[in-house]
Amino acid sequence: MGWFKRSPWVLHYNATSCNGCDIEVIVSLTPLYDLERFGIINTGNPKHADILAVTGSVNEKSRQVLLNLYEQMPNPKVVVAVGLCATSGCVFQDCYNVLGGVDKVLPVDVYVPGCAARPESIIDGILKACEILEEKYSQRKKTGYPAAKE
Amino acid sequence: MAQKNTIPFGPQHPVLPEPIHFDLVTEDERVVDAIPSISYVHRGLESLVEKRDFIDFVHVADRICGLCSFMHSMGYCQAVEEIMGVEVPLRAQFLRTIWAELSRIHSHIFWLGVAADAFGFESLFMQALRLREPVLDIFEETTGGRVILGASKVGGVRRDIDADSLSGISKRLAHLRPQLEELSNVFINDYSVKHRLSGVGYLSKEDAYTLGCVGPMARASGLDMDMRAIGYSAYKYLDVQPMIETDGDCYARCLVRIRENFHSIDLIREAIGKIPEGPIEVKVKGAPNGEYMSRIEQPRGEVIHYAKGNGSRFLQRFRVRVPTFSNIPAMIKILKGSEIADVPNIILTLDPCISCTER
Amino acid sequence: MSEPQHITLIDKDQLVGISAELFAEGYRFVQVGCATLENSYELTYCYDKAYHLRNFRITLLPDEEIPSISVIYPNAFLYENELHDLFGLNVRNISIDYNGTLYRTAIKTPFSIENVKQPVPPQPKPEVVKEHPESVKEKTEEL
Repeated sequence: MGWFKRSPWVLHYNATSCNGCDIEVIVSLTPLYDLERFGIINTGNPKHADILAVTGSVNEKSRQVLLNLYEQMPNPKVVVAVGLCATSGCVFQDCYNVLGGVDKVLPVDVYVPGCAARPESIIDGILKACEILEEKYSQRKKTGYPAAKE
Repeated sequence: MAQKNTIPFGPQHPVLPEPIHFDLVTEDERVVDAIPSISYVHRGLESLVEKRDFIDFVHVADRICGLCSFMHSMGYCQAVEEIMGVEVPLRAQFLRTIWAELSRIHSHIFWLGVAADAFGFESLFMQALRLREPVLDIFEETTGGRVILGASKVGGVRRDIDADSLSGISKRLAHLRPQLEELSNVFINDYSVKHRLSGVGYLSKEDAYTLGCVGPMARASGLDMDMRAIGYSAYKYLDVQPMIETDGDCYARCLVRIRENFHSIDLIREAIGKIPEGPIEVKVKGAPNGEYMSRIEQPRGEVIHYAKGNGSRFLQRFRVRVPTFSNIPAMIKILKGSEIADVPNIILTLDPCISCTER
Repeated sequence: MSEPQHITLIDKDQLVGISAELFAEGYRFVQVGCATLENSYELTYCYDKAYHLRNFRITLLPDEEIPSISVIYPNAFLYENELHDLFGLNVRNISIDYNGTLYRTAIKTPFSIENVKQPVPPQPKPEVVKEHPESVKEKTEEL
């Protein structure tokens, strides 16, 4: 892992998670695990965020919210699916109101396994997301800025 | 008359770890009406009883909510055991009680932290979450999981805790206590915290009762209501005292939770002193035929697990009525007439657990 | 450990009267539970006073209406909206009626009779027929 030029901010959204992964996302940002030492902080505003950490599988209603949040984030952006529910649906994949993993709705860059995902693996996942973010930035420098989507 | 505005609150909001949406109708700075809208987290897990048999369903019950995970599986197991007439060994009951009380401590400390974050005291939030880690370490050593424990099963518990570990838990809690006292001291005596919480979000005793409040919310308004008094599991051998405050505001709700933390530590140490030797599970034969409503006290209040079976391995119906669902009417009542700046504070002092609520 | 639980069967017309009586006696409204049976619904209204739970049960056919008790117990409105959204029951005069927008689910009324599969209780095994070994042989030959 190299050093980053930027300090990306994380936006966290709970799309039908059971709360377990949400707590672990918060815990990974607090003193014992301390994701903040990498310059990463939790933000509540999608317009300030570079990384979207989604926990939980997606249902009909949270799907619109998730898309809305994703569209509000500035480019380039990275999506991290935290926990088994976000990757596949976990025990809930047979439920009538569950669509499945987050990748049914958004393009996911990093999958973090675990039920609930451990803070260590969340930190790993978010650092991986930072690398992808760096890559996306350098890609953009090479190819030039893509025209804004209508 | 001032103009009425409708302000949407949530589902994604900086102070809320979970999505809930309110339409706040305001006049100037005052909220005159609040309309909740839920189902952002609705998964429909009650319908899973069709696909998982009653033994496997414990894992789903474990994942109803992350904060009170153990309590849900415990309540579900109790309901099924009661239908099937299974006598759980005493040691298993004590172990369940110890884990349940540890869950209460970690949930309450987490709440203290998030509440501190809501009124903008970030260093207090960090301190609270740091103090929560020793409890999670105990979970990890005794069950293998930090949040979702998976320790309960129909007929007993999956793992035993040996005598050395038990005395280790006792010592660690004794070590945690002074640190927790220091943290609580800030909540109780700090001028700015007091100023932000006392007098905000008042709920009278009568309203709390008729609106069906449960848990710390009801106890902060002076109601003596604690389901541990029914004496399920090993609570009948322990000295359980409901923590009651009479002020009914956010500060009182905060005090109730702080005092419950210390009481839980006492209960765990008492349980460790009284735990008998013996087996930790019994074999379960057959399938549930009948129905039962098991009531237990979660960190947020009374939760009801209803199970109904017709003799097949798949339950006919499982329903969970969680405390937050019961507290929402009171939440609306408090929000009416409050200042818009107090809204995040009020919502958080109810300790809403949306994942439970919407299932 | 068990808590005694009695369920009183009542008619749906008695519901409001009983609720009013219990309210006057100082009971707190705990929950409405609903279970889907093969061709009817089973509603259980629970009230509690001093840790004593009283349950009343109504059996309801799919096209029947029930009166709301949210006039007496204001906190009942959430449960009644839930009955409407998840079970497709008709509840009359709810104080705050969401008209089906409280739960927005992928399929409509997921717990209604059409959508719930009832588990089959185990049937007593038929007595073992005498020609058992032969029939087994035949089967193995077929394979």
